[in-house]
Amino acid sequence: MPNAFGVERTEKDGVVLLALDGYLDAHTAPQFEKAIQEEHTAGRNRIAVDCQKLTYISSAGLGVFMSFIEEIRAAGGDIKLAGVVPKVYQVFEVLGFPALFDMVSTVDDAMSHFAQGIGTPE
Amino acid sequence: MAEMEKTFALHVPSSTENLAMIRDFVSKLGEMAGMDEREVMKLGLAVDEACANVIEHAYGMDHSKEVKIRALLDADKIEIVIVDNGQSFNPGGVRQLNLEELVAQRKNGGLGLRLIKSIMDDVHYQIVPGEKNELRMVKRLKR
Repeated sequence: MPNAFGVERTEKDGVVLLALDGYLDAHTAPQFEKAIQEEHTAGRNRIAVDCQKLTYISSAGLGVFMSFIEEIRAAGGDIKLAGVVPKVYQVFEVLGFPALFDMVSTVDDAMSHFAQGIGTPE
Repeated sequence: MAEMEKTFALHVPSSTENLAMIRDFVSKLGEMAGMDEREVMKLGLAVDEACANVIEHAYGMDHSKEVKIRALLDADKIEIVIVDNGQSFNPGGVRQLNLEELVAQRKNGGLGLRLIKSIMDDVHYQIVPGEKNELRMVKRLKR
């Protein structure tokens, strides 16, 4: 069934990397929410979300990014989105995400933005 | 020669687990209508958002209820009708906050409706309180 979804977690240079795979909708969003919540609760607020294998997102998934971004930035961190494919990017675009989130091409770009403090609004 | 109208229907238990099946159903129709991959995904998204609203809000996650989707396909358009007999909501009462306001309030309410309106050409709610809620939306086909 095409509602398979997975989150794979790794950590590198003080940045948590969450790689999303599959369909992020109202059914699977709680799984992503839990993953972000765990990092935030543990005080790990530098989060890069690898979206290369994310094939679908609905407002429930977008809502997870939105509900955490302010707290995570207030704690000195950020959620950066890397490698969103064009088909999925159009959904982020409709709602104006690129103005609010640091959306980069690759995970390496996200890592270097963290290292240089780029992309986090004041 | 005018193409015949074709009607399709899908009834599924009211559970978010079935959103994938709903998207599949709608995507197949989009493909039949000759939409490209991006258009197919957007059509599926609009219907996913509408059905997720029914499952979560109208039916309050009650799996014993049923979400009914009817689709009508002709040469010019795809019309999708989603009917439920759960709790009514007033679509006019959903104030369209901008993204910053939503983030500040830690809310994502209204985002689904905004996506639906940005994707579909016509969106029309018919609410008969205590009886049914009907969302009718149309996507015109590019020819």
